[in-house]
Amino acid sequence: MATNGKIIGVNGNLIRVAFTDAVVQNEVAYAKLASGVKLKSEVIRIRGDYAELQVFEDTTGLKTGDDVEFTGELLSVELGPGLLTQIFDGLQNPLPRLATECGFFLQRGKYLHALPRRKKWTFTPVAKVGDKLTAGETLGTVPEGIFKHRIMVPFKIQGSVTVESILAEGDYVIDDVIATLKDSEGKIIEAKMSQFWPIKIPIKQYAERLRPDEPMVTQQRIIDTFFPVARGGTYCIPGPFGAGKTVLQQLTSRYADVDIVIFAACGERAGEVVETLREFPDLLDPRTGKSLMERTLIICNTSSMPVAAREASVYTGVTLAEYYRQMGLNVLLLADSTSRWAQALREMSGRLEEIPGEEAFPAYLESVIASFYERGGVVRLKDGTKGSVTIGGTVSPAGGNFEEPVTQATLKVVGAFHGLSRERSDQRRFPAIHPLDSWSKYEGIIDVAKVSAARHILVEGGEVNQMMKVVGEEGTSMEDFVVYLKSEYLDAVYLQQDAYNDIDSACSAERQKYLFGKVFQILKTPMTFKEKDVARSFFLKLTQITKDWNRIEFQSQEFKNLEVQIFKSVAEAEIHV
Amino acid sequence: MYKVYHRIERIAGSVITVKAEGVAYQELAQVTSGQGISLARVNRIDGDMVDLQVFAGSRGISTESQVRFFGKPMDTPFGDSLLGRVFTGAGVPRDNGPLIEENSVPIGGPSVNPSKRIVPTRMVRTGIPMIDVFNTLVVSQKLPIFSVAGEPYNQLLARIALQAEVDVIVLGGMGLKFDDYLYLKDFLEKNGALSRSVMFVHTASDPIVECMLVPDVALAVAEQFATKGKNVLVLLTDMTNFADALKEIAITMEQIPSNRGYPGDLYSQLASRYEKAVDFEGSGSITILAVTTMPGDDVTHPVPDNTGYITEGQFYLRKGRIEPFGSLSRLKQQVNGKTRSDHRTIANTMIQLYASFRETLEKQSMGFRMSGWDQKVLKYGERFEKEMMDLSVNIPLERALDLCWIILADCFNPEETGIPSKLINEYWPKKG
Ligand SMILES: Nc1ncnc2c1ncn2[C@@H]1O[C@H](COP(=O)(O)OP(=O)(O)O)[C@@H](O)[C@H]1O
Ligand SMILES: [Mg+2]
Repeated sequence: MATNGKIIGVNGNLIRVAFTDAVVQNEVAYAKLASGVKLKSEVIRIRGDYAELQVFEDTTGLKTGDDVEFTGELLSVELGPGLLTQIFDGLQNPLPRLATECGFFLQRGKYLHALPRRKKWTFTPVAKVGDKLTAGETLGTVPEGIFKHRIMVPFKIQGSVTVESILAEGDYVIDDVIATLKDSEGKIIEAKMSQFWPIKIPIKQYAERLRPDEPMVTQQRIIDTFFPVARGGTYCIPGPFGAGKTVLQQLTSRYADVDIVIFAACGERAGEVVETLREFPDLLDPRTGKSLMERTLIICNTSSMPVAAREASVYTGVTLAEYYRQMGLNVLLLADSTSRWAQALREMSGRLEEIPGEEAFPAYLESVIASFYERGGVVRLKDGTKGSVTIGGTVSPAGGNFEEPVTQATLKVVGAFHGLSRERSDQRRFPAIHPLDSWSKYEGIIDVAKVSAARHILVEGGEVNQMMKVVGEEGTSMEDFVVYLKSEYLDAVYLQQDAYNDIDSACSAERQKYLFGKVFQILKTPMTFKEKDVARSFFLKLTQITKDWNRIEFQSQEFKNLEVQIFKSVAEAEIHV
Repeated sequence: MYKVYHRIERIAGSVITVKAEGVAYQELAQVTSGQGISLARVNRIDGDMVDLQVFAGSRGISTESQVRFFGKPMDTPFGDSLLGRVFTGAGVPRDNGPLIEENSVPIGGPSVNPSKRIVPTRMVRTGIPMIDVFNTLVVSQKLPIFSVAGEPYNQLLARIALQAEVDVIVLGGMGLKFDDYLYLKDFLEKNGALSRSVMFVHTASDPIVECMLVPDVALAVAEQFATKGKNVLVLLTDMTNFADALKEIAITMEQIPSNRGYPGDLYSQLASRYEKAVDFEGSGSITILAVTTMPGDDVTHPVPDNTGYITEGQFYLRKGRIEPFGSLSRLKQQVNGKTRSDHRTIANTMIQLYASFRETLEKQSMGFRMSGWDQKVLKYGERFEKEMMDLSVNIPLERALDLCWIILADCFNPEETGIPSKLINEYWPKKG
């Protein structure tokens, strides 16, 4: 049902196309340059006898009268073994293979298969002839790196099908037909190892959605202890530039306790992705003993790449995440930055001359953001196993002001808010998550009552600090002053964490529980000092050795020695009643 | 062979509309009017109505002026003969030298495939401690100087350009004051650097569209040098003028503004230029040092704000000094772990203590009694400002680090600094 059309207008990456037959909203089309190069586009609005298309490429050279071919297919990604470890652009073009073909620079109109066609996969059938199955149920498996990749009944099949034939164990390529299925009307469907799925439609071939109730340990103390994220939960990291959004996501992609990490670099710096893709292959994942790259997939549509594909990139990312969730895996999708995607929507909305909302963002911004985060979640699959997609998105608010449309729309739908503060990043208090403004609705790894007591100390310490600015140190009681110093201590040795220290950069759940217990004990120890300067230098010293302690291997001899030293000095400051 | 049109339908700002057929988006054209000849570029097509940005502006253009389309997008000549030369944003010589027409290369070309990029590892030594110690500059970095009007940002730019060991300097001037243009040119000449420089200069009195072209032309030329193995430093001053040119044209085109009149694609526009900074595997590199003046000293103004989200850090220039707060080199950790074992810790510690100094100053100004600790911090802060922050200080990194230890030891006891004991043992100056 391929329709043809002709360009009647070009405005940036928006083209207007006159057509005669039928056109489907959101279908893919190709605009043809005089040179014969075809530019991938998507229908975004239809008005009478013309359609408006966003072109995923630079439109230089397009003219009125140029041909447009409609495909009748929605913008889709290919799902199958061989996705992991890859680096795709927002439209699922494999960037390293593009580089082999085109060299240093990207070349418009060049589209490659996402998955290698000739690679053989060892298929082990699970279903048998005669089995009655529904979409998403397992036909067989192939090993993909460290995972058992499920080959499933194609997601778009409706109702149940009967397995007519299935290949025996053996090596096959993804285009081989591995099973034939018969639907209720007797129609035969061929199933391959790969299938296509439209990125804007959630994959929902599971039994039910569950409440996210298991923590996803990130090994960042301030997150796991104070503002935890649950597997299958959603969270956002808004912050002004340079406050540490990207570094925090990089740390999370490295240390988070999940099976698979999908990193969607959306409209940010290319250099930051390069760090990941150059370093991960050589980093070992302590959970598996294999390279970290084996559990990673990168979608890379950085700021100088075509804007329309930026919008597609977050959907591509979440679709791939949902696909692996269907295999009973825990997947983490990190998107940096969702604001760039929102801006892509805004640019397009402006060209469409829609009525602008606040800061010229389109009026539907909120619902678009909400339905994106809705794609996260824990599910029970049809075979009873569980899988999850956790979504963490950074937000880059204009002027660092959280009272802007993207931050506000995001805060309405996520389960945790890690707000980064300019003040803390200026003071090099990293991760710069604001300990009082941030929140999480999820359960963490440490007793809630103790966490809230610790938070209380931070609040009180902050108040004393404010007061001291008015009445000075001399007008502050020793008792208050100690509260202030204790809150600073908690901040320095627990909330702050050195991303560039081999040991401190990741703090296991076990170590957090241990450390929190000890720090909590110190906070609860009544202390008094003769003079404020004595108190200050006591805490400076205590902070220093506790920081040293954080940089030593957990439960090593040196670790134990330092612990003794810490508590000896605490005993000296303790009031003996 | 070129199509020529004689009827102009609409004239507004620097944009004209002609009725024409077979014209391509972004195609280059030439407009001839009573005022002379100007280049123009197609930036919207609606049926047979074609909008063009006229580089020299629309002043003097009549409805009968002539428009000739070239059938190709804009390009720029390239070759070693560019070195030592000065051009306008449209590529016309400003220096009475000959017109160069060899070897045209397209401008605003596609971006580098991210998988072909490499992690940058080479430090650029500037001799400025606020940069070398605290916010190290790295080859292939893109970094602006955030500044209020009136600060010596062009001087700082020129000084870094000279100190950095690069093969080629490409200077893009946008809305430059004529005096500043002459200053930069004379400075490069006096220091023998003009022969390895190319300048594309738009001065405050030149047409606005040419301002918009400067970064693209400068970066296209830089890219050519870099793919031929050269390490190139691109200086762009002042990117706020570039953004204002974008704004002016967007408004003429009746685009819906997003923030204080700037178009919604300001971020993408700035990013597509800054992202040209790159270290090519097995070839040359492009480092971009820009100036972004902050209207009203407001960093949340859309231009510095969007820039900060794009670039790999920024240097705040205020009162003739590079401010430690807000200044950032995002690439510093790529290099400062390999310079000297104390580099990272010293940088963090000195800044944290300087933050305490600022707090103490505040307390002092409110008339509170200064404790023993406060006295130490005050002494420290004064020395830091004089011996580190002052822009006249010009010492190599290693000497600057040594000096940091001396300042610390003169002001504090080791444990008051929070420096890990291992480093204290290794570096803390021994008394006597
Ligand atoms: N956890 C951290 N530990 C140490 N330094 C950090 C940390 N997070 C951020 N930084 C510093 O802040 C800089 C900016 O961080 P980045 O994540 O790129 O900011 P954003 O993405 O918010 O613009 C980094 O280059 C680094 O110097
Ligand atoms: Mg970032």
